[in-house]
Amino acid sequence: MIAVPVPHRVVARQPETADTVTLCLEPVGAALPEFAPGQFAMVHSFGRGEIPVSVSSVQATGGLAHTIRSVGAVSDGLCAMRVGDVVGLRGPYGNTWELVRAYGCDVLVVAGGIGLAPLRPLILSALAEPEAYRRVNVLVGARTPGDLIARQEIESWPTAFTGVTVDQPDADWRGDVGVVTQLLGRAQFEPDDTWAFVCGPEPMIRAAARELAQRGVRRDRVRVSLERNMRCATGHCGHCQLGPLLLCQVGPVVNWAQAEPLLSVREL
Amino acid sequence: MPPSLALRMNHALPVEHRERLLRVGREVSFPQGARLFEEGGHADRFWIIRAGTAALDMHVPGRRPPVIETLGIGDLVGWSWLYEPYVWQLGAEALTPLTAYEFDAVAVRLMCLNDPEFGRAVEHWVGRVLAHRLNAARARLVDLYGIYETKEPR
Repeated sequence: MIAVPVPHRVVARQPETADTVTLCLEPVGAALPEFAPGQFAMVHSFGRGEIPVSVSSVQATGGLAHTIRSVGAVSDGLCAMRVGDVVGLRGPYGNTWELVRAYGCDVLVVAGGIGLAPLRPLILSALAEPEAYRRVNVLVGARTPGDLIARQEIESWPTAFTGVTVDQPDADWRGDVGVVTQLLGRAQFEPDDTWAFVCGPEPMIRAAARELAQRGVRRDRVRVSLERNMRCATGHCGHCQLGPLLLCQVGPVVNWAQAEPLLSVREL
Repeated sequence: MPPSLALRMNHALPVEHRERLLRVGREVSFPQGARLFEEGGHADRFWIIRAGTAALDMHVPGRRPPVIETLGIGDLVGWSWLYEPYVWQLGAEALTPLTAYEFDAVAVRLMCLNDPEFGRAVEHWVGRVLAHRLNAARARLVDLYGIYETKEPR
């Protein structure tokens, strides 16, 4: 683990929505240790600060992609980056989705909004090994069609079931309207032989995880990615603490059996 | 039982009540784009989707009705038939070719009246559907208006 930002150059910039871009980064010099899906980097915008961002793509070259939504000074600066600009990266931090534990089982991916970005490499890994995972289901929810990231790519995924729903359709939308959990009824999975991976806004995570558990998916097989205020990412500052968990160390991916009781504590 | 499964008639109603209800239903199909009912109209029927997707929409003068929610296999289409004044609160359209069980509202209400146990079961089922849709609507409000993003220090 490297504790100082390592320069990375923006080699591609892909606008995803009106306020979200994906930056493809290549190391200027030495590469960071290899990232795995689910892990995050502290992405440094020089002169502004740094924020935690999960990897949305990992390249064999040491290159990475981060999908960033513009919601504050640092993320505004990162979203405004152009090809050739340089950012700093620290990492990799945190744990991984541990997709390999779902070997031989049905895989259910539930994403809300930009939460699809950290799940994208997991989906691609699962689809790349059709003999390893039984049925891959991808359920995506977004506020509006304009907030959907990787929209065309989603349609190309050869899953057992892919469902996309929005809260607020526009005039051209012909798909589902409503909460993402309503898509569960159409997903193809055997609850007692399923691993679920959930990322998105916390209310959505809670609703999806509860519904999955009530449908019979084991709580320790529902993996959720929790977003907290990561600062040092090395377990020293305590900003990301959730009860006994330092999420930069034992998270951001936590199983629902661990997370559910903690998320119901008001003081946390 | 998971909330969304408990809303399905075949899970929500005891077998004997479910069979009674299905005996008065008939299979119908709608082409894509067909209107099932219009907002403000008399709620004289209801449906349970067997295949396809229906959209609930709201009348906005001069504009295409915005879709409020989509419903799929096993979902109940229409609840206004059970509560006075039996007027549709929204419109509904087949988003895809749709097949469904269709029920006559007056006949089912009469069955509820004549058999209080059956009536309680049906009202309980429809009530749970309503509660679920209310919760979903609240969740979408939070998502759309970002209440969770306005957290202030306690």
